[in-house]
Amino acid sequence: MSDIFPKWTNKLPAMVIVGGLLAGGVVTAGVTYYLTPKYARVGYKPVQPVAFSHAIHADQLAIDCRYCHNGVEKSWYSNVPAASTCMNCHNQVLKDDPKLALVRESAATGKPIPWVQIHKTPDFVYFNHSVHVNRGVSCVHCHGPVNKMDEVRHSKSLGMSFCLECHRDPAAKIRPNDQVFNLDWQAPEGFAKKEGAKLVKDWNVHPGESCSVCHR
Amino acid sequence: MRYFFAFLLGFALLSLTVFGIAGRRGTDFRKPPLEIFDDMVRQAKLRPQVPNSFFADGRSSQPHVPGTVAQRIGGMNNDTWQGTAKNTGMTPGTTNFVATIPVPVTSALLARGRERYNISCLPCHGAVGDGNGITKKIGAMPVVANLLDKNAIVIPDGQIFQIISQGKAPNMQGYAANITIEDRWAIVAYVRSLQRARFATLDEVPAADRATLK
Repeated sequence: MSDIFPKWTNKLPAMVIVGGLLAGGVVTAGVTYYLTPKYARVGYKPVQPVAFSHAIHADQLAIDCRYCHNGVEKSWYSNVPAASTCMNCHNQVLKDDPKLALVRESAATGKPIPWVQIHKTPDFVYFNHSVHVNRGVSCVHCHGPVNKMDEVRHSKSLGMSFCLECHRDPAAKIRPNDQVFNLDWQAPEGFAKKEGAKLVKDWNVHPGESCSVCHR
Repeated sequence: MRYFFAFLLGFALLSLTVFGIAGRRGTDFRKPPLEIFDDMVRQAKLRPQVPNSFFADGRSSQPHVPGTVAQRIGGMNNDTWQGTAKNTGMTPGTTNFVATIPVPVTSALLARGRERYNISCLPCHGAVGDGNGITKKIGAMPVVANLLDKNAIVIPDGQIFQIISQGKAPNMQGYAANITIEDRWAIVAYVRSLQRARFATLDEVPAADRATLK
């Protein structure tokens, strides 16, 4: 028989098992590391058609988020402003600047500015902006410190585990409604346990963890 | 056994190559994220404010058809098309501005007005309405109206509403698209309270709060 099965084949089962485990482990690790939003989306910083700086507008000039994203409290999505909103100021400020040519053209003709969408949940996720910002969830929780960004960068994963983290313990992230659009607000020591828990109770916040809360 | 080690080595090299090309998590990149099984992730449905070839102008969010009212906003009760004092700031059938705010002025309305004022008006007109907002401080705007000025005080409430809605030539643009009708009246009420506060006397301040004033 030794002619048919040479001696080294005795080790074959062990090799197959070890090799298989190794390969399986590395593939699992690779998929977990690379094929999740933490790798696939975090860090996405596309070049925008107009070099709009949130750092200048929202931080230096301290303009409220809702000056431009004026539908966010009423609508499930946070709207990109119409060019006419830009022109409220830019009809006077930098009014001949070539960097704003697209904005002026859009305001004059109605042709949309081709902004590149950065934060995108899958189409089977039904995230509602208004219910979150009206119940003490700040922009900064999902979008990161946009008010410090010259170019907006995808900074949180927005994966399902990211959502569930907060849905399981809303008191840890909730804040007073008048601080939702203040991206620099820091919860004072012990806020989550006392005031946070009270907000959750008073507002009757039940984020829910069942599938149909977010998926239809 | 030799083959096994060769296999191991090859595997290690492959892993290193993948890591070398794909890199760490969280590094900045410009190209759109790769989506492998995208058939459910990106469904063939309308999403707001994205390109969509269904409509002739190529956008998914369509502008209002002139002469129509969005039914969704307020449902059947959406009466924004009616020429009432509340919707126009004018006495119906005339071009006379209404003298007073045609909605009940409550403390809730004032609070709302303060919030909305601070969002949409404060950048230019300043927190107290004196026209010293950030745009003036950085020298970006040549002229910003002082809302505490006589000119702004003597005009009727309806005219303030009309200025918020349609702007004031040559510099201020209208905010009708950005601020709802109710919120515009709330802002009118708050502007009136700012004007009132500007000319208040010490006697009108509650005794308990006087100590906090300088």
